[in-house]
Amino acid sequence: MPAPATMTQKLRLKGGRVIDPANKVDGLLDVYIADDRIAALGDAPDGFDGAHEIDASGCIVCPGLVDLCARVREPGYEHKATIATESVAAAAGGITTLCCPPDTNPVVETPADIELIRLRAEKIGKTRIVTLGALTHGLDGERLSEMAALKNAGCVGVSNALRPLANTLVQRRALEYAATFDLTVFLHPNDHWLSANGCAHEGRVATRLGLPGIPEAAETAAVARDLTLIEQTGIRAHFCHLTTARAVHMVARAQFDGLPVTADVAIPYLYLTEVDISDFDSRCHVIPPLRTTQDRLHLREALKRGTLSAICSDHQPHEADAKLRSFPSTEPGISGLDTLLPLGLRLVDEHVIELDELIHRLTAGPSGILGLPFGSLSVGASADVCIFDPDLTWQLNTDTIRSNGHNTPFMGWEMKGRVTHTLLAGKLVHSLAG
Amino acid sequence: MSDLENIPAIIERMAREIVSQIEQAGRSNPAMVGIHSGGVWLAARLHELLDISTPLGSLDISFYRDDFTRLGMNPVVRPSQLPFSIDDRHIILVDDVLHTGRTIRAAMNELFDYGRPASILLATLVERDGRELPIQANVVGSHVRLTLRQHIKLLGPDTLKLEIKQIP
Amino acid sequence: MNNSRQIDRHGRLRHFLSIEGLNRKLLTDILDAAESFSGVTEQTVKKVPLLRGKTIVNLFFEASTRTRTTFELAAKRLSADILNINITQSSTVKGETLLDTLRNLEAMHVDMFVVRHADSGAAHFIADHVAPHVSVINAGDGRHAHPTQALLDIFTIRRVKGPDFGRLRVAIVGDIMHSRVARSQIHALNLLNTGEIRIVAPKTLTPAHAESLGVHVFHELRKGIEDADVIIMLRLQRERMQGALLPSEHEYYELFGVTEAKLAAAKPDVTIMHPGPINRGVEMDSEVADGPHSVILAQVTHGIAVRMAVMSMAMHHKESATE
Repeated sequence: MPAPATMTQKLRLKGGRVIDPANKVDGLLDVYIADDRIAALGDAPDGFDGAHEIDASGCIVCPGLVDLCARVREPGYEHKATIATESVAAAAGGITTLCCPPDTNPVVETPADIELIRLRAEKIGKTRIVTLGALTHGLDGERLSEMAALKNAGCVGVSNALRPLANTLVQRRALEYAATFDLTVFLHPNDHWLSANGCAHEGRVATRLGLPGIPEAAETAAVARDLTLIEQTGIRAHFCHLTTARAVHMVARAQFDGLPVTADVAIPYLYLTEVDISDFDSRCHVIPPLRTTQDRLHLREALKRGTLSAICSDHQPHEADAKLRSFPSTEPGISGLDTLLPLGLRLVDEHVIELDELIHRLTAGPSGILGLPFGSLSVGASADVCIFDPDLTWQLNTDTIRSNGHNTPFMGWEMKGRVTHTLLAGKLVHSLAG
Repeated sequence: MSDLENIPAIIERMAREIVSQIEQAGRSNPAMVGIHSGGVWLAARLHELLDISTPLGSLDISFYRDDFTRLGMNPVVRPSQLPFSIDDRHIILVDDVLHTGRTIRAAMNELFDYGRPASILLATLVERDGRELPIQANVVGSHVRLTLRQHIKLLGPDTLKLEIKQIP
Repeated sequence: MNNSRQIDRHGRLRHFLSIEGLNRKLLTDILDAAESFSGVTEQTVKKVPLLRGKTIVNLFFEASTRTRTTFELAAKRLSADILNINITQSSTVKGETLLDTLRNLEAMHVDMFVVRHADSGAAHFIADHVAPHVSVINAGDGRHAHPTQALLDIFTIRRVKGPDFGRLRVAIVGDIMHSRVARSQIHALNLLNTGEIRIVAPKTLTPAHAESLGVHVFHELRKGIEDADVIIMLRLQRERMQGALLPSEHEYYELFGVTEAKLAAAKPDVTIMHPGPINRGVEMDSEVADGPHSVILAQVTHGIAVRMAVMSMAMHHKESATE
């Protein structure tokens, strides 16, 4: 039974350019929200006289962003960041859904672990946090996790994050077991043996700096093995942040052959290359490592083509000390929630991708990979909305960054495009003015 | 300045003076040490005139200068050579110009690193004003008065010649 | 590489972190200064008061008696006070960070750190974080650089072969992959426009894209040392002799060990070098190590003079801080 009209919270997003790639909408339209749902686009439905308004003129109104991979560091690493701090950063970045890998401490391997993160995020109420469950018990790479229980508790997929699986037999069994429950498996393709203790792409720069290298083959050998097992087990799989042209090519080929595989790219890899570590800049220490200019070019092309159907932040906030060491001893990772949208918009400026394609890769693309009903402004969908001013320039600095992790090589960059309002299920969770 | 023209004559006079002072003091078997580079040229001539049997020693005091860190490295420094024992020896220390006294201080420091001489007699071709340390020569070839902006330098080694330059 | 890190705006040494980023003039100046200091080390009094009153700390995060000793002796011959601090990895893992350690030592008014660390880039990191009056000398960081060792090798080559590197063919033989010494040598040889630089190693010990360092790559010893004027052998770490990099020290010696017979391929007056300590019967046989071509002990002697030169040149110049 519908709630009485007088009880309904009504909101009109007025005068913005609405881009909703999932519904192929792009035009100057008003968006109407009733309670937590999208009520209409364009003409006002009945009962919206005198509704609250948000002036979106000059701005772009799009679905709230969905980030496939962001670590909020809770539980276990609260000295780096917390659900509270990173929820605020996500909302300020227009991100309404973010997906955490299971490598927290303790790892996400029981319904209680999933519940804990979900409840904390709900209590903060700034962004929706979904989780991947552990593929193996304690991510030990040897024993299967209780995937059925994890699925029932609401995990959106399973993953072993960056931890290795003991052998191909364990991997085969894990994929088969996950397939039993129709879970998507999220793979970080990395041949543990080939990458060994490397900390940089095995190439000219690592050779010059004497940094232990991670060869391209660490990724391609893993993708080849994974694709074989995916085909054998029939599981739906997603490759997290590919970094090499060859691996992307292999995935494109598998997609062409009809394998149920998707892949994403993390935004730093669309900008940075191995050259950026040449001064031992630990802010550019990431795993997998930054590759060559040629790889970056192919990643950009694959993003345009859709082989890579999502862009994620691969957000890894750190405390300052984590980067205050010699390069190989620093903790890898870049803080990325604050820059996901503006760096994405820069791709449009650089003619890598059209604006609607970008928004698709940040909304419907990742939402589809996660099998979630978000990432669109369909009538009846959850009113997750991101409103941003595409022309507003600002500088990323210690004052403007919202994440607790200040570890980003983009610090000091001039950014173009800034989120003015973020709505999560109809509720205003971020407003630039306020 | 005319007497500065005839350097061989000055050196001969210096040699006689050195002999006389050493005899007066009742010293015997002296050894001679020149300071790089002008002092060594001068010392070579005195060493010959005095017919000293002990080989001539030489000091490069670059590593001992008190203004080293201000000047930075002087890339080519010749090793000091003291081919005899300093201990209990009467030393004749020879330099071309006595000016601030800092070079002589550095040279004496270096000599003392090698041992404890019985005495040091200082002989310089030119003594000019501008002393910054309480150091004076026992034997002086010529006293020269110069302004602060003037610089005097011994050129050599084949023909010794004194050059006075205006510092811009 | 960011040059401003190790060279101040007057073009003088501020730190000494890598050969990369030096210019030819500065490299030659250091070698000339080392020539001067080598005179000092031959005097009966082997000590000069240049760095009197200065405090130098040998900050070693990785054990190395040989390198530490030569730095210690060099500092003592410059009349500096020197302190040896050995910090094993384990004591910095928890609690006190590397920066805490630095701050503590700085508080004792240290003027210079000589740093050895197992991580590539460690000396750069420390140079970036020391107080402005403190200089840092890299005594070996991971696989990245060991610039004083490379300098003493260059110094030795210059003494034996003369200053014209353009007519020299230099072959570096052995574990290039893991060698910080080789990387620094290659940079120095390139800076001096060496005629040809070759590296000779099995593929397992050759770094990826090695040619990009400015060398010719060989995998066969005889070809690699053919007509070489200088052969620099690298030390092969014991733990790399058996396993996935090399099957055995025996096979390595058979293929890459230098013997008198194999030397026939090189120039008749070839010079043989090795940073020590030698694994006799692995990298070379004793006949070569102790033979007429070997300058291995001269390298050790030159190490002191080169380190004296670097330390005195990099010691902080007071006026450049107050300017």
